Amino acid sequence: MRFMMIMIPNIPDEVDWTPDPEAVSAMSKYNAELAKAGVLLSLDGLQPPSKGARVAFSGSGATVTDGPFTEAKEMIGGYWLIQAKSKEEAVEWATRCPAADGDVIEVRQVYEMSDFPPEVQEAAR
Amino acid sequence: MQGSSTREYRAIEAVWRIESAALIAGLTRIVRDVGVAEELAQDALVIALEQWPESGVPDNPGAWLMATAKHRAIDLLRRGTRLEHKHEELAREFEVRGDAVEAELERSIEEEVGDDLLCLMLMCCHPVLSAEARVALTLRLLGGLSTGEIARAFLASESTIAQRIVRARRTLTEARVPFALPDTRELGPRLQSVLEVLYLIFNEGYSASAGEDWVRADLCEEALRLGRILAELSPQESEVHGLVALMEIQASRLRARVGARGEPVLLLEQDRTRWDRLLIARGLAALARAEELGGTLGPYALQAAIAACHARAATPQGTDWMRVAALYEALAQVAPSPVVELNRAVAIASAFGPAAGLELLDALVEQSSLKAYHLLPSVRGDLLARLGRFQEAQSELQRAASLTDNVREQRLLLDRAMVCAWEAGR
Repeated sequence: MRFMMIMIPNIPDEVDWTPDPEAVSAMSKYNAELAKAGVLLSLDGLQPPSKGARVAFSGSGATVTDGPFTEAKEMIGGYWLIQAKSKEEAVEWATRCPAADGDVIEVRQVYEMSDFPPEVQEAAR
Repeated sequence: MQGSSTREYRAIEAVWRIESAALIAGLTRIVRDVGVAEELAQDALVIALEQWPESGVPDNPGAWLMATAKHRAIDLLRRGTRLEHKHEELAREFEVRGDAVEAELERSIEEEVGDDLLCLMLMCCHPVLSAEARVALTLRLLGGLSTGEIARAFLASESTIAQRIVRARRTLTEARVPFALPDTRELGPRLQSVLEVLYLIFNEGYSASAGEDWVRADLCEEALRLGRILAELSPQESEVHGLVALMEIQASRLRARVGARGEPVLLLEQDRTRWDRLLIARGLAALARAEELGGTLGPYALQAAIAACHARAATPQGTDWMRVAALYEALAQVAPSPVVELNRAVAIASAFGPAAGLELLDALVEQSSLKAYHLLPSVRGDLLARLGRFQEAQSELQRAASLTDNVREQRLLLDRAMVCAWEAGR
């Protein structure tokens, strides 16, 4: 089973945010621990939303808004993709993250083809 | 209440999965008996099951379990009770090494467990054990799987697996297998045994992945996880990265190798858009690590390099067959086998035409070890057909059909034989 641990950092959407070396070193150690345990599949950190864009869809089509997104509360800062045997194992890994005060990690299981009924699987072929 | 205690239980189970191998490894170093170490670790788990639902999971559960197991060991020593096997073992050890044991038990728990873990891997795959005992012990002590889980994965009864593990532990004790890293000269062959066990576990899952039972397909993930751990523990060993690369790339095809009706789909007929790009990228990275270490590539790295040729090609026609043929030739040098030769002939036929492949196959036909192997006449029949020698092709395909018990494969071969017969009669 695969799980995505989605980091929602407690950082206001500002352009001039730079990571703290100490926090980065702690996070690197954590990432190495995941790798040593053989569970880490991939990870990425995302540039701030202020440098991104949102594409919203409605009946009339797609509307593009450039960042920053002042009204949005929860924004993704990065993710880990891990292999785990259960949701509890993935959650246990998430609790070990040296996250900062106010950070949130959302743990979500990745869909496998076999999770879908046959007609959906057929449509995906 | 029921819900919350179940959740607690599953959380503790998750901690066990993450921590048990390092815990058992660290305890084995101290008490020198893997069975006693496992019992102590499980005692600590039982105490956790009693306490954590009340107190919550501690901040560093691994350290907590280790400290608890050590206290338990000291307790047993001081009380000197000899009611159970583990007490006797522990007391004997204590008599021999005395204060050293107690000092080690008291020692800080925040130390590097890497070497201990590697020692445990080597011990579980020790040559004094049978292949099946190595597999069971590895899954149990390093994978943290229960006896029931191992039994389901290997379609065996729980008591069979339990007995196998008990016997394996006894064999290790009787043979006085030391819990230590062998010297560099011996390390290579010992690691080789670990690699074999991991690949055996992987293939057990891989060959069963067409079935319904998820537990068996899970073995692929478990073998991969243990392989990645081993690669972190011994980063200088090219073949470890080679095996990890091979398993990652093979696992990338899991989704594509079974058709809509559950039928197996051969490599060249697979829908390559269904291959898992993430695992391919991981496999190629592991292969690059093996290659960067230099020296001659071993059998696993060479097989991974061949798998990588297929993984890199967007279509079967886009495969670098010359490279595949050269890699099979290198594989034939380090691990000669008629099956490798057969694959080499297929690659040569794809790279240089059917006549070149046929020449190699004809030499193979002489070898008795492949007489009953249906793939030989099957491949030969294909090449003959491509050369327009349909009559010979037909008889080879019919012979291939008679050599396999797989009905689906048989039908496929006979269909092809019929096409050849029709072509021959034109």
